[in-house]
Amino acid sequence: MLLIACPYCGERPEIEFAYGGEAHIARPADPSAMSDEEWAAFLYARTNPKGTHAERWRHTNGCGRFFNAVRDTVTDFFVATYKTGEPRPDLTPRSVV
Amino acid sequence: MQNFSALSLLRRAFGGHESWQPQWRTPEPKPEYDVVIIGAGGHGLGTAYYLAKEHGITNVAVIERGWLGGGNTGRNTTIIRSNYLFSESAALYDHSVKLWETLSQELNYNVMYSPRGVMMLAHTIHDIQVFKRHVHANRANGVDNEWLTPEQAKDFCPPLNISAKLRYPVLGASLQRRGGTARHDAVAWGFARAADAMGVDIIQNCPVTAIRRSATGEVEGVETERGTIRAKKIAVVAAGHTSVVMNMAGVRMPLESFPLQALVSEPVKPAFPCVVMSNTVHAYISQSDKGELVIGAGTDAYVSYSQRGGLHVAQHTLDAICELFPMFRRMRMLRNWGGIVDTTPDRSPIIAKTPVPGLYVNCGWGTGGFKATPGSANIFAHTIARDEPHRINAPFTIERFRDGVMIDEAAAAAVAH
Repeated sequence: MLLIACPYCGERPEIEFAYGGEAHIARPADPSAMSDEEWAAFLYARTNPKGTHAERWRHTNGCGRFFNAVRDTVTDFFVATYKTGEPRPDLTPRSVV
Repeated sequence: MQNFSALSLLRRAFGGHESWQPQWRTPEPKPEYDVVIIGAGGHGLGTAYYLAKEHGITNVAVIERGWLGGGNTGRNTTIIRSNYLFSESAALYDHSVKLWETLSQELNYNVMYSPRGVMMLAHTIHDIQVFKRHVHANRANGVDNEWLTPEQAKDFCPPLNISAKLRYPVLGASLQRRGGTARHDAVAWGFARAADAMGVDIIQNCPVTAIRRSATGEVEGVETERGTIRAKKIAVVAAGHTSVVMNMAGVRMPLESFPLQALVSEPVKPAFPCVVMSNTVHAYISQSDKGELVIGAGTDAYVSYSQRGGLHVAQHTLDAICELFPMFRRMRMLRNWGGIVDTTPDRSPIIAKTPVPGLYVNCGWGTGGFKATPGSANIFAHTIARDEPHRINAPFTIERFRDGVMIDEAAAAAVAH
């Protein structure tokens, strides 16, 4: 089980959290101006990287707040967690050097 | 290719089994092929086999990062069934079941297909409604499926606990008698051997590092750790790594990869006659011919390529199995592992041409790709050879997400994900 550092509550076990998918996918400012291709890309296309992944988590059974994390998808090592609205930190995980 | 028969086995037994030849060659990659298939799992090897056998295209290479059959082909729980809800899926998965029925004879290789019946348990009123809908939809599509009372379910699978005192008592079950299991490794080996015999090169331990495209966009070949291989047609059958490979061609896929866990127990005498699964409490169990209980657990919640997964996911499944089958409470589990499954938003696969000319993709099988191995390979070979989809995979495009014509099989996929 993973230990996840909630930016508000500190380290807690994974079962307290809900995964929220890829982070930093902003809803388009003007959806009606988008083509079908652009809308499908926003809804469904995902980076799904083998390496560092910026993703949303929610501390469902804790403070209930959403936050973001950068995790290495090969080792599941959490490189960083940060509050929603903050930019993705520029970090290189130990395993991907 | 050496033919397997009772006579050939007997003859070689008297010869001390010393005259067997390798089942497939280990060739050096040629500079150019008609078709390059990326991924030597069951689907990729099967695609090469049907390209050679049904379409006469034998100048084919199957390129594999590791060993053939070493990914999800060797990591699944070997269940075969076709009781999917929608007509598109029923056609796809039943095409596969029909091929399973004669696959051993066709390949001259025993894939140990065992149609022992797949039973899905209902624990709530909603389960009953959903499963009965499945039964009726399947029968309308010519796929066998029947409804069982709890007593009938216990007759079919005696170890089942149908006590009303369970937290989630068994209220009924649906049963597909043609469903069952097969030997997963043998499927990869059988396809590899038959494809190799027709001239297909299987190139193992050869990771693809890039996909080359011309100035006008079409594919030209692949860069590998063993040099450049040119091809006008490239087929990606890379399961959990599909996003990574497609990214080399500049295509962003509607896929996410998750670890799906499985585990096996110590081997015991034959005790469990069929396949049982329960979506509600998440039990998923059968017994291999070797005697091990083969148990499928769930997926982890997050994108990962770790091939492990959290132990609490397996624990959850074992809790359900111990309640439904009390006789297994003292069994010891020997091994657990994870496979990386690529899931689409509608839990149906993508078997299609891509926006890149000459590039084809077969992916998105999520938690249920093994059962579809021969059918998927068969229609994918058709798609590559003729550059147009087979009637069966015509709905399984990438563009269905743009056009909103999903094939939503989230309820039929036995694993909640």
